[in-house]
Amino acid sequence: MKLFTIMKDIARNTVCGPVTRNYPAVKRVPFPGERGKLVMDPEKCIFCGICARKCPSHALTVTRKPEQEWKFERFRCILCGSCVEACPKKCLRLVPRLEPEDNSAR
Amino acid sequence: MSMLIPFGPQHPVLPEPLQLRLEINDEQVVSAMPVVGYVHRGLEKLAEQKDFQQDTYLIERVCGICSFIHSLTYCMGIEELMNIEVPPRAKYLRVVWSELHRMHSHLLALGLLADAFGFENLFMQLWKTRERVMDAMECTTGARVMLGSCCIGGVRKDINPEQKKFVLEQLAAVEKEFNSLSRVLLDDYSVKERLVGVGVIDRKTAYATGAVGPTARGSGVEMDHRMTGYCAYGDLGFQPVTEQDGDSYSRTKVRVRELFQSIGLVRAALDAMPDSELKTPFKGNPNGEVAVRAEQPRGEVLYYLKANGTDKLERLRVRTPTFANVAPLLSMLVGCSLADVAVIILSVDPCVSCTER
Amino acid sequence: MTIQEELTLDNLLEKLASMPLRGYRFVTMTTVDCGDSFDIYYHFDRKYKLVNLRLKIARDAKVPSISGICSAALIVENEIQDLFGITFTGLAIDYQRHFLLGDTAPEKPFCRVPGVSVSAVEVKKSAGGAQ
Repeated sequence: MKLFTIMKDIARNTVCGPVTRNYPAVKRVPFPGERGKLVMDPEKCIFCGICARKCPSHALTVTRKPEQEWKFERFRCILCGSCVEACPKKCLRLVPRLEPEDNSAR
Repeated sequence: MSMLIPFGPQHPVLPEPLQLRLEINDEQVVSAMPVVGYVHRGLEKLAEQKDFQQDTYLIERVCGICSFIHSLTYCMGIEELMNIEVPPRAKYLRVVWSELHRMHSHLLALGLLADAFGFENLFMQLWKTRERVMDAMECTTGARVMLGSCCIGGVRKDINPEQKKFVLEQLAAVEKEFNSLSRVLLDDYSVKERLVGVGVIDRKTAYATGAVGPTARGSGVEMDHRMTGYCAYGDLGFQPVTEQDGDSYSRTKVRVRELFQSIGLVRAALDAMPDSELKTPFKGNPNGEVAVRAEQPRGEVLYYLKANGTDKLERLRVRTPTFANVAPLLSMLVGCSLADVAVIILSVDPCVSCTER
Repeated sequence: MTIQEELTLDNLLEKLASMPLRGYRFVTMTTVDCGDSFDIYYHFDRKYKLVNLRLKIARDAKVPSISGICSAALIVENEIQDLFGITFTGLAIDYQRHFLLGDTAPEKPFCRVPGVSVSAVEVKKSAGGAQ
């Protein structure tokens, strides 16, 4: 009969410090290539609409006439990245959420 | 005199809404009836409205735990319909992510089981270890659960040497931490008191009621779909883990042993990975019908696909492992005491949103 | 996928009752709406080999339940009854079409309605997106 088998782990945990971070002070650094949010470079976009056709969740709408318009509903986006792969001009990309430019946008 | 007790849909031990109407005689369960439908989303119908390539991402969202293996099975089905040969490196990468998913799912299930029998500390420790597996997945694919890395014809992401090193580091840490935790799970007196001899289902009943995965293997049914050698499993060589007793303890033991096996499989797959393309390009639309199966952490999953030559599927049907495990669960519950119901449910590792889709 | 055997309403119970006796495990049932009829597939497994049996029925036919033969079929049959409106006779527990669906749910949601296709997501052109 074995009792208190977890004591060894508890003893180890008391000395090795907390596993969690002191959040607002210490932020988790995202891994490179983390799919955080979708950004678009309007300079390069040719409004072909391929991204909107590939999007599985209909988050993107592209119109050419009367005005060239690229609309993105962020709450619909599932961050799969199929638009990024499909874009012929490579003007779409997924960036980690904690990138500095995130602070300026809204 | 018997009375009816509704167990769930909101219950402290249940991570997802599921109701069992228990007929109780004193403290003993006489019969159980499942009441589901709280998270039915009609995903099978939705899949018929979307392009078959977009479906890959939709199918991944059938389940929030074994998401990669869902999309993998779906892709295998479409590949069979369209006769696409997957490049060898993609096959190995699929094994790596499948096994990482199995590891995190088993750690989650064991943690929830520990929570169900009131061992909060063990639950926290197991989930702490699970976080390492999640990190390994995030590092390699950019997401923690919805990897989105499987696509028709291969995979979308590669594992570079740095990521491989990181994954191996995490595996070593998981192995070390889980080694000591598995001793608590398997040897501790208080844990054994709650698990041994609880929720017994014998081999014959398990097979007859259609049990799959650890539930079947815990009763001595040697059934693991990875043995058919899909992806690269055929080259890696392994034997299904089985235990004979058929109680909650042996189901736990199966999961513990499978976790160590998965660590070995990820290492073997990372080592043996050949260099090749990641994706076979294809043209056209699928036509015909196919039924394909794969092994999920909870057991065998079946996808039935019917395509008609257009870009939309005519019918997609998912039979998830928990769906098959409901009938064995009901037969386990008969005769147990009310206090053990929670442990028995969690020892089957139910995934309710999978079941209802 | 190969279909090993075609079933009819008359020989269904007899054929399926012999499957568990021959060592087959019941996997699941699949219903496909073919417009004027339904196809019901019975999937069985033995040693990693899938055996598929097909039953073609008219839209209003009643199908005898096999829940007496394999208890696992009970929940699948209730699900099909909900989603496709096919009536199964002799179910061990009949949820009266409220297994998966609630009281206010649409009837037979998985059936095809000729000429109507449901758009999964209604794309609003005027909705302003982020950015």
